[in-house]
Amino acid sequence: MRNAGIIAMKEFKSYLASPMAYVVVGIFLALTGVLFASSSSTYLETSIRGFLQSGVYSLLLLAAVITMRLIAEERKLGTVELLLTAPVRDSEIIAGKFLGSVFLLAVMLVLTFYYPILLKMFGDPDWGAIAAGYLGLFLVGCTALAVGLFASTLTANQIVSAVVAGGILFALWLVGLVAGYLPRVLAGLVNFFSLAFYFPDFVRGVIDTRGVIYYVSLTVLFLFLAVRSLENSRWS
Amino acid sequence: MIKVKNLTKYYGKRLAVDNISFEVEKGEIVGLLGPNGAGKTTTMRILTGFLMPTQGQVEIASFDMLSHALEAKRHIGYLPEAVPLYTDMTVRSYLDFVGRLRGLTDQKVKSRIDDVVDICHLEEYVDVIVSKLSKGFRQRVGVAQAIIHEPDVLILDEPTIGIDPIQVAQTRQLIRELGKGRTILISTHILPEVSITCQRVIIINQGKIVAEDRIENLSAMVSGARRIRLEVSGPADKVTDRLRRIKGVQKVNYRMPHHIVETLPQQDLRGQITEAVMQSGWSLLSLESVEMSLEDIFLKLTVHEETDR
Repeated sequence: MRNAGIIAMKEFKSYLASPMAYVVVGIFLALTGVLFASSSSTYLETSIRGFLQSGVYSLLLLAAVITMRLIAEERKLGTVELLLTAPVRDSEIIAGKFLGSVFLLAVMLVLTFYYPILLKMFGDPDWGAIAAGYLGLFLVGCTALAVGLFASTLTANQIVSAVVAGGILFALWLVGLVAGYLPRVLAGLVNFFSLAFYFPDFVRGVIDTRGVIYYVSLTVLFLFLAVRSLENSRWS
Repeated sequence: MIKVKNLTKYYGKRLAVDNISFEVEKGEIVGLLGPNGAGKTTTMRILTGFLMPTQGQVEIASFDMLSHALEAKRHIGYLPEAVPLYTDMTVRSYLDFVGRLRGLTDQKVKSRIDDVVDICHLEEYVDVIVSKLSKGFRQRVGVAQAIIHEPDVLILDEPTIGIDPIQVAQTRQLIRELGKGRTILISTHILPEVSITCQRVIIINQGKIVAEDRIENLSAMVSGARRIRLEVSGPADKVTDRLRRIKGVQKVNYRMPHHIVETLPQQDLRGQITEAVMQSGWSLLSLESVEMSLEDIFLKLTVHEETDR
């Protein structure tokens, strides 16, 4: 765990030192800010629905960009040789890389806390619902980062990594649309894989345990795939 | 300290390392010598656990690299051919990261950074971003990261490639100093490097070990073997045939415009050769005795037979 922490700190620091992270955070804040403002003035309600519903799309997209460098850049620079020959487990490398990107996600979400604070200044928001919404966004964000990290282990090209991650994420998000055309049994199965299925509950302020378990398992699954993919490169 | 047994590595269908075995004792500096593409880098990558072998065993400090990878890796300092540097970090933060990753404690890592910066003469560059460093300094940072955790085994892949001659000399000096009390395996395709820095050499070609001996013994081979180079005005094929029939001649090669005759050690056939050429009615344009260098031995061992007409 100490090793994962060392790698996570290094990743987080290099995010802070790279212009890319600032651009990503800036775009995220700009997009969600506009949508928060427009939905708040349209519906005249003290909720962060508008922010959550739009935030999740920009998060999917930006997660692919945040994670694209994690392993792909190491392969390009040759530093992967340093990591894989250090007395560190492959799982610790992946855990560290993942945590580093989760720190950045947390920073992004914390920077949006002024939306609910604004609501508090002008009304009486439901804090429970807001917390549930943030939890949902954070869980989806973690899943997206795990998918992106997995994609980054597949290639030395960051662009390829981002495109693959984006492809997997949008496929997982949109797979629910297909469910409407399928027999009920199959539809249930497809919805089980859909990234979009449980998210509306969180937006409404409901914390569904199945939703939490779903996002956590999907995150763990992709982290596991990332570890296997990294291991696999030793056998090539 | 390093034990390699029946190591084989295939990349898909291509055989990169073909059943090699060798050992490096504690405190030895051994050179792994071979032309480009001989399998040096692949061998080193397997030794350091970066790649898994298709077959065979690797033991570092009596830990098996397959079953006890973490323990084995703790004993290794590794400088890959492409120096693994994060270009967005300063030298200090890079060494700090590598030191911690290799298990140094917070207090220990600080004092070790000072040590390796001193050893590798990086004092003025410790707070410079890696991307601003010249190739030679990057190489030094590479050496610094390899020794930061005081490993007892050092594996250096082409440590002097692409740096200027003065830096090459400094790097070799550094390697000799590091060799005190450490086991070092160093790969190179530059011959003088081996004779300057190593005590023993393993020559590999096309994934196989073709020779393995102490430098002195190879040098003995050098002075023992003898070559005579002559230029004869006559049909090349017939001259070759005639020379081959001289007693004591081991091998005759024709490389325009010279014939090169190899003889047994301690045998001087210059007289017989002159006589043979004269008797056949050709004229002898030149004749000289050539000492065999390490270079020649290397070529002899690594160049294919078919080019060796």
